Amino acid sequence: MSCNRSTTILHGYFDNELDVLGAADFERHLEQCPNCSSALETLKSIRSSLNVAQLYEKAPAELRKKILARIGSTRSVAVFPKRTAVWQWVAAALILVTYIGLRVVSPHRADTDKYETVLAAEIIDAHLRSLQPGHLIDVVSTDQHTVKPWFDGKLDFSPPVQDFTDQGFPLQGGRVDVVHGRSVAALVYGRRKHFINVFIWPTNEKDVAPRSGSQQGYQWTEWHKDRMEFCAVSDAAPSAIEQLRILLTGN
Amino acid sequence: MLDSQDQMRFETLVLPHLDAAHNLARWLLRGGADAEDVTQEAMLRAYRFFGGFHGGDVRAWLLQIVRNTCFSWMEKNRRGKDMTEFDEGAHGPPGPNPEALAIAADARGQLTHALEALPPRFREVIVLRELEGCSYKEIAIITSIPIGTVMSTLSRARHQLQLALVDPVSKEATREL
Repeated sequence: MSCNRSTTILHGYFDNELDVLGAADFERHLEQCPNCSSALETLKSIRSSLNVAQLYEKAPAELRKKILARIGSTRSVAVFPKRTAVWQWVAAALILVTYIGLRVVSPHRADTDKYETVLAAEIIDAHLRSLQPGHLIDVVSTDQHTVKPWFDGKLDFSPPVQDFTDQGFPLQGGRVDVVHGRSVAALVYGRRKHFINVFIWPTNEKDVAPRSGSQQGYQWTEWHKDRMEFCAVSDAAPSAIEQLRILLTGN
Repeated sequence: MLDSQDQMRFETLVLPHLDAAHNLARWLLRGGADAEDVTQEAMLRAYRFFGGFHGGDVRAWLLQIVRNTCFSWMEKNRRGKDMTEFDEGAHGPPGPNPEALAIAADARGQLTHALEALPPRFREVIVLRELEGCSYKEIAIITSIPIGTVMSTLSRARHQLQLALVDPVSKEATREL
């Protein structure tokens, strides 16, 4: 009755850790092994009861506060605010206006490398924040004609919004985010099981060639087009981000 | 103290995994206050060692520190009472009294009890895989188990969890380390 695969490879299969051939091979075995089939059902039921029971215990706010104080962080404790309040939009807009003003006066980047590092870190931070439950999308729509007008009145520029479902990058929706102290448009595209955040904001600089990098398993690519700065970030493959960039720039 | 750029990197890369750090410590140490102290100690340790982190999987890097801090803590507190084995007396023997029956009726309580009854080395792989969603590779990094034996360790851990859920009185679940 017992099958030794139920104590070994069954788990690799259940955890999606087998390669394609191994998984196909095991599926053939499953069809004729009642022992493994029932063991698989048991694993599924244990996993689903663990999920339902919500056993995950997040760090209490007090602990977060204590740690931030110990490492001398200047951050406020509310690292991940649930929703951005209206006054924050206003504040961000003011900062944005000031920022644009400064960029007009000194259009050259003082320290490109540092700027990129800081920007990439912030973009990845924003990407991670967006993946927290309920943060990813404020306007859920796969229709570019719904998403684009949604930004009206929320930003002082109009970001280009296009859906690329046919090319394998379905538009999921958008939201307004804050990066580097300014309000930016964030478009969310799906790529198989991954999300790609594309952050867009106006710039006075000319179109420049894309720059890319990776930090912590997240890829980012940044470019300028038609007086807009774009930064795409995701844990999807770099080639996928490059494909999306080409779609967005139209070349 | 880190320089301002490293400080920013630490806050951007490591701090988002504070919940994961706390969750692992809470389950390894089976408790609230100790888990918070150990989480804090591990985060400060990570902060001190951050200069030695040269990219890669930051969550696995942090959880490895958390896990090792937890095991050192358990080792240190082992002399008085044996923390690595489930202390049946302290948790009350499950029996046919109304209280125990109420716990059994509550799936969350039952699962918590069963999970806490597992030896730490089994508990950690269940928590990492089922609660934290880690891959086998990440589990291998965090726990220092060779990647080739992550699957069999998970298999044995799940078997024991299943036994503990089917029959909470079974001593089977606490025998193996």
